[in-house]
Amino acid sequence: MNGAHDLGGMMGFGPVEPEANEPVFHADWERKMLALTLAAGAAAGWNIDASRFAREDRNPRQYLNSTYYQIWYLGLLRLLEDHGLIGADEIAAGRALRPPAPVKRVLAADQVVSRLQQRVPYSRDTNAPARFAVGDRVRTVMMTPAGHTRLPRYVRGKPGTIELVHGAHVLPDSNAHGRGEAPQWLYTVAFAGRDLWGPQADPSTTISTDCWESYLEPA
Amino acid sequence: MDLRVRALESILVEKGYVDPAALDVLVDTYETKIGPRNGARVVARAWTDPSFRDWLRRDATAAIDSLGYSGRQGEHMVVVENTPDTHNVVVCTLCSCYPWPVLGLPPVWYKAAPYRSRVVLDPRGVLADFGLSLPPQTRIRVWDSTAEIRYLVLPMRPAGTDGWDEARLADLVTRDSMIGTGLPLSPGAGATAGARP
Repeated sequence: MNGAHDLGGMMGFGPVEPEANEPVFHADWERKMLALTLAAGAAAGWNIDASRFAREDRNPRQYLNSTYYQIWYLGLLRLLEDHGLIGADEIAAGRALRPPAPVKRVLAADQVVSRLQQRVPYSRDTNAPARFAVGDRVRTVMMTPAGHTRLPRYVRGKPGTIELVHGAHVLPDSNAHGRGEAPQWLYTVAFAGRDLWGPQADPSTTISTDCWESYLEPA
Repeated sequence: MDLRVRALESILVEKGYVDPAALDVLVDTYETKIGPRNGARVVARAWTDPSFRDWLRRDATAAIDSLGYSGRQGEHMVVVENTPDTHNVVVCTLCSCYPWPVLGLPPVWYKAAPYRSRVVLDPRGVLADFGLSLPPQTRIRVWDSTAEIRYLVLPMRPAGTDGWDEARLADLVTRDSMIGTGLPLSPGAGATAGARP
């Protein structure tokens, strides 16, 4: 979707302001949001693409006016409600009003470390041959899907060069919406700054994004 | 937010979806156990061990795993090397993708609009916000993490560190030097290492 999360190339946000000796969290509720998001995800088993869509699928005003963990809060509420695990009435009441729905697992304290260290790859075996090879000239497709995609607006319809080939990976555009993993070949595509931004670009700049095969056509 | 999140937590605990003890371990893991010192060890090893550096080039995920850093948000690692000609910078314009096992959770600026919007359009301007000025002939290579590939920058080893061992070198490796918004500390600056981001 053309949401406010798709920030590449926007102007006017001001300088980057690094914080010296920044703490990992800035408030206790931020700690809780990280932990609740990971633990609830383990319980319900939704995938990372659905989680991202739950965070980005909102009014741009709300997205831009929220801090990072506020967006995580809003995203988690959306996922919990969509999966029937809690109701809006329970959020309003601040307590459970119904018995729990079944969940896949309840993450126990002694499982946390091993679960976090576990590799859960997003690559998949495929019999399909790769359509592109390193060095091939390609063009990203022009598309404007209403759902989740990982092709940012600033690289749509642009010429680029295949730089890395990663094998087949789960396709977010499908997986975010419960339509299956639909794995496709994944490539790192390099774009010249001038091809993305025109004469204002710094000519010494190359930018890449990772593109699934359906995001690309031969140039 | 504090009250709203506490209410949400109590509902999730009451329903039995989450175990409060597990929440504490999750927080402790990311607050105290996993952080950029992990990545600094990877970099220092690459600076001292050419075969490890080759392994990082060929299969960064396996090479990093061999040091014990694996798992969530580090499933598919690619290491990008700075050279005298090319400086690498990593971003996630769409959200906040970041290699957790080697760098921990991202800083606020990495997740915020100013960095995500501008580093792909005006990388030198963004680097200037960090006090970093590169020669005009240096090529700048920006990696936007739009898939589950996670990028770690391998900065250049600082001059004047001949014969240094891995542990001493690791102290020069800052978090920002592994994102690309900074350089490693120079040997003389070691005394102020406490201020490094």
